[in-house]
Amino acid sequence: MSEDGGQEFRVVLDGVDLTLGGRRVFRGLSCGFPRGQISVVLGGSGAGKSTVLRLIAGLQRPDGGSVRIAGQDITRISERALFVVRNQIGMLFQGGALLDSMTIFDNVSLPLREHSDLSEEAIARQVGQRLEAVGLPGTGDLYPRQLSGGMVRRAGLARAIVTDPEIVLCDEPFSGLDPVNVRRIEALMVELNRRLGITLIVTSHHLASSLRMAGRLTFLVDGRAIAGPPAEVLASADSRVVEFLEAERDGPVATGAAESAADPGAAA
Amino acid sequence: MRAPAIERLGLRTTGLVQHLGGIAVFVGKIFLSAVKPPFRFRRLVSEIFDTGVLSLAIICLSGATVGAVLGLQGYTTLSRFGAEGSLGAVVGLSLIRELGPVLTALLVTGRAGSAIAAEIASMVTTEQLDGLRMMSIDPMEFVVSPKALAMVLVMPLLSALFFVCAVFGGYVVGVRLLGVDGGTYLTSLEQSVEFVDDVAGSLVKAVTFGALVGVIATYRGYTSEPTSAGVSAATTGTVVVSSVAILLSDYVITALWGV
Repeated sequence: MSEDGGQEFRVVLDGVDLTLGGRRVFRGLSCGFPRGQISVVLGGSGAGKSTVLRLIAGLQRPDGGSVRIAGQDITRISERALFVVRNQIGMLFQGGALLDSMTIFDNVSLPLREHSDLSEEAIARQVGQRLEAVGLPGTGDLYPRQLSGGMVRRAGLARAIVTDPEIVLCDEPFSGLDPVNVRRIEALMVELNRRLGITLIVTSHHLASSLRMAGRLTFLVDGRAIAGPPAEVLASADSRVVEFLEAERDGPVATGAAESAADPGAAA
Repeated sequence: MRAPAIERLGLRTTGLVQHLGGIAVFVGKIFLSAVKPPFRFRRLVSEIFDTGVLSLAIICLSGATVGAVLGLQGYTTLSRFGAEGSLGAVVGLSLIRELGPVLTALLVTGRAGSAIAAEIASMVTTEQLDGLRMMSIDPMEFVVSPKALAMVLVMPLLSALFFVCAVFGGYVVGVRLLGVDGGTYLTSLEQSVEFVDDVAGSLVKAVTFGALVGVIATYRGYTSEPTSAGVSAATTGTVVVSSVAILLSDYVITALWGV
C-alpha cells in the first residue's frame, strides 16, 4: 500500500495491531498519508488518534504490522536510527511538551542548536519568525509556566516547525484555542503546506477547520480506518461515520432538543 | 492451588531479574554519556547548582547541630572517666567514619534525590521526554545523565562540608560552653583521624552513596507511570529505596575497608 489513485504516500501504516493497558486499540489498522498534503485524523475520544501520531513518530512500537516513512519500516530499527528519521519530523504534543526549565526562546531554538551550525543571529532570527507566525512575538524571555495552555501549545508548534521538517505531526492543535487563534493556526498550517510542501498529519475534534484544510480525511472506528478525500469520506454510508458527522453538525444542544421533542410523542 | 503459587513465584523472579537488568542497562547508558560527546557541561553545572548549592543550608545547619549534640553527649560520657581531652577524637572519628557520609546522604536524598525523581517523573507525565526524543535528543544524555553525575560529584563535597560544620559545632559546645581546652580538642582530633583509614574511607562512602542516590532517583523518575500517582510513587520510592541502600552499603563498605 503505497499508491492510492496516483497519490504517493509519505507515511504508511500497514496492518498495525496494538494493545495498550489490556485494551485493543488497533486491529489491522492500515492507512496512508499522502506527500505534501494536509491529512486530518478524526474519531471519537479513545479511538486512538494520538496513538496514530505516536506510532508514526516511533514513540510507540506496534505489536504487529509496519509503519513506513518514505518506504523505511521504522518499527524494526534501533533508537539511534530513529533519531535520524526524526530529524525530518516535527511534532506538536497535546500539552505542548515544552521543557519547563527553559525559556520559550531556548525551547524553540533547541532543535537548531542541537542539529545545525547556524550562528546566534541566524537562530534568533529564525526563532523570532516562527514565534511571530504562531502569534507569540516577544514571548521569548518568558517561561512556559507564565503562558496560558493555548499559548504553550502554539510555542510547541513553533518548535515543531523551526527546523523546516518534511513532516509535521500535530496532536489536537485547535483544542483550547479561541476562534481567532484557530483561524491563525489553520492559516499557518495551510501556508506551511502550500509554500514549503510540508506533509501535515493533524488529529482534531474540530470538524469545521478540519474540513476547510484537509486534503484527506482518516476516520478511526473500532481500531480500523476509513480514509479518502474529504468528499468521499463525508459521503460514506458507514453508519458510524454518519453518526459522528450528524452529532458534530447538530451539536449537543440540537441533539438535546431533538430528544426532548421526541419525548412527548413517546409518552403519548 | 500449588501451580498458581509456583507461577507467581516464577513471575516475581523474572520480574525482579528484568528490573535488575533494566537498572544495569540504565547505569551503562549514564556511564556512556558521561565519557562520550556531546558533553553537556552547562546542564551539569546547573544540576550541580540544584543538587549541591541548594543543599548547602540544610547540610551546614544539620552538621553544626549533630556536632553540638556529639560534643554534649561525648563530654558527659568522657568526663565520667576524666577523659574530656579526647572529645575531639570522639567527635572527629564518629563523624568522619559514619555520621558524616551517612547523614549527608540521607539528607541529600530527602532534599535533592526526591526532587530529581519528581522532576523527571513529571517530565514523563507532560511528555517532555518524548518532546526531546522528537527533536532527536536522547533524554538519557540531556536530562538523566547530568543529574546522576552531579549527585556523584556533589556528595563527597557536601559530606566534607558536613564534617567541618560538625567539628565546629562540637567545638562551640565542648570548648566554649563546657570548658574543654581548645588546643586539646583540635590536637586530639588531628592525631586520631588517619588519612587512609578515615578520610579516604569516608570519601569512598560518600561517592558510593552519591552514585546510589543518583541512579535510584533518576531510574525511579524515568520509569514512572505517566500519572500524578506515578510522580508520587517515584518520589516516595526514591527516598525509601535510597535510604535502605545507603545503610546497607554503609555496612558493606565498613566491613570491606577494614575499619
